[in-house]
Amino acid sequence: MKKTIITVVGNDTVGIIAKVCTYLAENNVNILDISQTIVQGYFNMMMIADTSASDKDQGTLVRELTALGEEIGVVIRCQHEDIFNKMHRI
Amino acid sequence: MINIFEVNETNKMIEQENLDVRTITMGISLLDCIDSDLEILKKNIYNKITSKARNLVKTGEDISMEYGIPIVNKRISVTPIALIGGSACHTSADYAGIARVLDQAAKEVSVNFIGGYSALVSKGMTPADEMLIRSIPEALSTTDRVCSSVNVGSTKTGIDMDAVKLMGEVVLETAKATRDQDSLGCAKLVVFCNAPDDNPFMAGAFHGVTEGDCVINVGVSGPGVVKYALESVREADFETLCETIKRTAFKVTRVGQLVAQEASRRLKVPFGIVDLSLAPTPAIGDSVAEILEEIGLEKAGAPGTTAALALLNDQVKKGGVMASTAVGGLSGAFIPVSEDQGMIDAVRAGALSLEKLEAMTCVCSVGLDMIAIPGSTPASTISGIIADEAAIGMVNQKTTAVRVIPVIGKGVGETVEFGGLLGYAPIMPVNGFSCERLIERGGRIPAPIHSFKN
Repeated sequence: MKKTIITVVGNDTVGIIAKVCTYLAENNVNILDISQTIVQGYFNMMMIADTSASDKDQGTLVRELTALGEEIGVVIRCQHEDIFNKMHRI
Repeated sequence: MINIFEVNETNKMIEQENLDVRTITMGISLLDCIDSDLEILKKNIYNKITSKARNLVKTGEDISMEYGIPIVNKRISVTPIALIGGSACHTSADYAGIARVLDQAAKEVSVNFIGGYSALVSKGMTPADEMLIRSIPEALSTTDRVCSSVNVGSTKTGIDMDAVKLMGEVVLETAKATRDQDSLGCAKLVVFCNAPDDNPFMAGAFHGVTEGDCVINVGVSGPGVVKYALESVREADFETLCETIKRTAFKVTRVGQLVAQEASRRLKVPFGIVDLSLAPTPAIGDSVAEILEEIGLEKAGAPGTTAALALLNDQVKKGGVMASTAVGGLSGAFIPVSEDQGMIDAVRAGALSLEKLEAMTCVCSVGLDMIAIPGSTPASTISGIIADEAAIGMVNQKTTAVRVIPVIGKGVGETVEFGGLLGYAPIMPVNGFSCERLIERGGRIPAPIHSFKN
């Protein structure tokens, strides 16, 4: 399994989760977990997703999700989970 | 499973606190390029570098994008060229020709610096070593990306004072040869004592002869992350302070270790070391001086600075060592003046002098780094500065270095602008009393008594 952490940060508007999830579904990315908070008035969501069934490589997903974020007006980041595991788990 | 707070913490470090991987440096041995025919030697060098490092920049960019961590520099270090050119080069100009080949190879594979235009002369100079050293002004003034370093001493061998004398002259000649660029050549020239073989940071990187054919070394950074972490423990005691630095250094180094392993796997090149250094940049909030101020100083350079720096350096190592399988290079806090906004401010405010910087180099990982001095400084005085630093390194069994820039045509109070990561610097005053008779003696300062450990 290739786990990716997708984070979405920005002003809360209608349909953010819907648009991100639609993109992921179209590209065969399976969402394993979602958590969401509002930090200082900002919408803050994190998804753990499995990209192993997707036809697109990590680089393409990163680029397209960044572009989608710009379209919606939020910042979307898509990072390999290892950077967080390395930093926060011994 | 990773939670949203941990993810946010990491991303905050990257976006707001300037966490990055400072450099992926590929070390390439050129020993198998040696030939007595200069043209064949040049061709061998160019071919080996461009084939080994062909995918270096692309791989760095891919890793950066997939993990969402900036990787600022991709660089190359090579075997000290004095050794490689010994049989083919008959003049200093021959050596400078090799520097231009290194420059071309660096441009071909798009790395921003290539290090290893170097000579290791801690005990004595061969004719080849001396020829290379004398070619440095031409080499650095006719290339853009070549970095040069000379190791003039070590704890085991003592200090080669003939080389120290020569390097004072070479630094000044390099400054003159690049006077139309504010003596920028000297920013790419380091004089070492106890130079490490696996340092990934420029300008002092070279690929030591004890290394394998090709290796990946990674330098992490993160002064900003440490500074922000310390803001939350402003009133706390030293134990809490140390614990916070260690924990932060651990996290920063883990990212470096991850990038190093990934680069090593993708490039099919063995992983060498992670260098734990806190390397500042001129960006606001990416400063080692600001950490010292956060620890409790009004300005870097105030009494207490050396103690604060000693503590910082030690805690960075303690936190970082556990985070990596192999640690090496310089590993500690860098205190360059022009590359650190807090240091620049401290010099401007009159808080930080050359002498205090020298004291600080006793307890941190490098030496007098990126310090602009008046262009009228005599060569013997520069040699004296080099000898002092080398003595500190030799006696304390640590790496020390001198990278001073005598800015031709400028004096104390004026400012010199190097641009980019090299930053800008106010020109600092140098003690005007002469050391010429000391430097003129010639010969070697013997190794200290505590180097005899056999």
